[in-house]
Amino acid sequence: MPLRVTPKGIACCGAGLEQVSLDAHTLIADWITFEGDRLLIHTGKVDIGQRISTALIQITHEELTIPWGRIDIAPVRTGHAPDEGITSGSNSVEQSGYALRSAAITLREHMIMMAVARHGADAADWQLTDGVLSLSGTNHRIELTDLIPDVAPDVPVDQGHLPAHRAQNDLPRPEMSGLRKMVQGAFTYVHDLEWPDMVHARVIRPPHARATLRDIDPKTVVNLKAAGFSIIRDGSFLALAGTKEWPVIKAATKLSGACDWDLGAGLPAKNVFDALNPKDAQRFLVVDGTPTSKPIPDTNPNLDHTARFERPYQIHGSLAPSAALAHWTGEKLKLHSHSQGIYPLRDSIADSLGLALEQVEITHVPGSGCYGHGGADDAGFEACLVAMALPGTPVLLKWSREDEHAWEPFASAMAVELAAEMEGGKIKAYSAQVFSDTHRGRPRPGPNRTGPARLLANHFRADPIGPIATAPNLGKHAGMHRNLEPVYAFAETHLVKNLVTDLPHRTSAMRCLGAAANIFALESFMDELARGQSIPPFEFRRAHLEDPRALGVLAELERQVSLRPAMADGSGRGIAYAQYKNKMTRVGISVELDVNDRAEIRLLDARIVADAGRVIDADGLTAQLEGGFLQAASWTLYEQATWDQGGIQSRDWDSYPVIRFDNVPNIEVTLLDHPNAASVGAGEASPGPAIAAIANAVFDATNIRMRRMPFTPDAIRQTAAAE
Amino acid sequence: MTLSLTINGKTHEVRSDPDTPLIYVLRDELGLKGTKLGCGLEQCGACAVLVNGQAVLSCVSAVEAFDTKEITTIEGISGTEIGRAVQDAFLKMSAAQCGYCTAGLVVATTALLSRTPAPDDDMITQALTPHLCRCGSHPRVLRAVARASNR
Repeated sequence: MPLRVTPKGIACCGAGLEQVSLDAHTLIADWITFEGDRLLIHTGKVDIGQRISTALIQITHEELTIPWGRIDIAPVRTGHAPDEGITSGSNSVEQSGYALRSAAITLREHMIMMAVARHGADAADWQLTDGVLSLSGTNHRIELTDLIPDVAPDVPVDQGHLPAHRAQNDLPRPEMSGLRKMVQGAFTYVHDLEWPDMVHARVIRPPHARATLRDIDPKTVVNLKAAGFSIIRDGSFLALAGTKEWPVIKAATKLSGACDWDLGAGLPAKNVFDALNPKDAQRFLVVDGTPTSKPIPDTNPNLDHTARFERPYQIHGSLAPSAALAHWTGEKLKLHSHSQGIYPLRDSIADSLGLALEQVEITHVPGSGCYGHGGADDAGFEACLVAMALPGTPVLLKWSREDEHAWEPFASAMAVELAAEMEGGKIKAYSAQVFSDTHRGRPRPGPNRTGPARLLANHFRADPIGPIATAPNLGKHAGMHRNLEPVYAFAETHLVKNLVTDLPHRTSAMRCLGAAANIFALESFMDELARGQSIPPFEFRRAHLEDPRALGVLAELERQVSLRPAMADGSGRGIAYAQYKNKMTRVGISVELDVNDRAEIRLLDARIVADAGRVIDADGLTAQLEGGFLQAASWTLYEQATWDQGGIQSRDWDSYPVIRFDNVPNIEVTLLDHPNAASVGAGEASPGPAIAAIANAVFDATNIRMRRMPFTPDAIRQTAAAE
Repeated sequence: MTLSLTINGKTHEVRSDPDTPLIYVLRDELGLKGTKLGCGLEQCGACAVLVNGQAVLSCVSAVEAFDTKEITTIEGISGTEIGRAVQDAFLKMSAAQCGYCTAGLVVATTALLSRTPAPDDDMITQALTPHLCRCGSHPRVLRAVARASNR
């Protein structure tokens, strides 16, 4: 499909986060280089299964028309890749994609001007097809790659161009990056790395996070060493390494059995939901989505509708336990890791080990899907500790399934208390209070050696660093208060963030942060209030919405729902709407399910309507929305971490069940494309409304209002009995 | 003691201890890294291989149990027409996100369709329920199974 080249465009999109990456890396060559006839994209965002690679290839192809088979993503490595911080918050397309598109457009226009200088005519007379410039009415043809050597290396990216116009669906789509290798078993994950003279390593874990290592049976140590294993101990951090993986696993089990742990007082066995209250909290009035130090006014006494919603501790539960390969040469520490933030991790590791930043180099290698801050960074640092003890030997360290379930940073347990006053069928006044521990536990530089203090192994070393209390996150729609601010126009709002610390478990970022529980709460509450007023759920939402694109999403969803057959007895339908961070992708979801006599929920059908602005990789976007729905369904129906004084009890997929193929509904996704609007990420857009739509459908089916995840048969029966 | 394993049509003399779970022999001794370890507990299905045409999890059972059996790993799945059709269907339907569960699902689907060319929904659910996918690619996987089957 030929692309009509247009003269310099006009400013678009502009003011927003999208420029963050470009402001720090201003040259075309920071983002795009060539090797022979292949184009190399440089990005600091890593592919964690969200298909950012595919989207970036698509963007580059759209602007430069070079066939996607000749476009590669450069390895994401510290010291080489642009430092784009952490791949999170659904910002990758917005930030890296914006930078790359701007770089590609600048490059295209620069090369057209080169063609004009060589052969004349107007810029508008040159056409670009398949990476070749041609002048209509002549046989002048110039490969873009032939012009590359003459492009100066210091050409800055010219920001603020309109992307080329395209009609919907008129572009061929690239095959998902890596997929062909995945189906052949040839895609390389960090777990698959195999270096000459490499050893395998395992960490021997304490029974729980507050135990310390008193002693190890010396005879076992002697025997294991005689058998060729290396044992690495630094305080209560204990690891074992050897040449073959299975013997290492068996030896690590032996070594674990030889450890004498001081259990201290054990894990606090308190009920976390009792602890999530204002008494012990740092409290902030949230204004315009942002926590402030303003005094918190008393709650309006007229708020007579109230409800409290809760989410337990949950895990990311990556399918592959975390892993990393580290190699200490004596001068340089090279780490291969599936971390989402290679630069902040590099800084934290260098600080932990007293190395200069230049001595630590991290290369991103794919792991399995992570959905936030799982065990990747911790496993990376543990591999480094073992590698430092074995100079010259590459170390592939893997976590076990139990390690991942019990030791990854959990998603914070949360409570959300809502209250409202109704007037004339509308919400006049609204109050929302959120209670939670931090969602920000990633290692990154900060005061009091925040980076090292957030690496698990540092807590156990002879000279421990951390854990430390986390400062409240005061960013807009950050942490627990993401989407606490309602997207609806309520005349009066009262929003409070309550940071509760000193809770039983280490916590960090998981997909959506606070938005999952906040939208679960708000959208369930909207359903309750609408029913209380006998107003249909679509109409009730519309009455509080002005945004035409929100209304567009609801109208399409309502149209689809109107075509559905009526629900049978024991079945129900629920809807929900949300816009991630109130500024990103808008999503409306309808769910149909049934609840059987054993109080088991079976998901039947889901309709997802989304507006993510200009669509880049439609199939990737759809995959993210479907995947977000199913992960949220899994949280909603099955997932909760459990523990007692002796340690974490949910240590595998039996004790921590998740959704499987036997409860996958029919899912239909509709994308409302807005070619002239900015592209926004959708990886975290569907989970919040998915949870609420399921809760609302359960109520529709049973008249039971579920306000605490997960909705297990036991929980449903208990709720029914309590009502 | 050495064991003789037939993997992807080739016979290998294996030196690992006989109690070694099959997956470590495949990955570490024979360099067949396509088979993935997800749990080591037979709970997630990532490590499935074909044994005499059936999908079998390889992360617990000792290698000695596979002596004289015909093993096909993901690397050998394209050796049959059904295997190739399944791989092609996963590709066409973009039936993966991170891809870590993919090898196990391709193996399970190949086993299912070799036995039952046109399985009904219950049979598909039964065959795939041992397999976890945490990215939520399930709908795409189901579409890929439908595409590869004679339905």
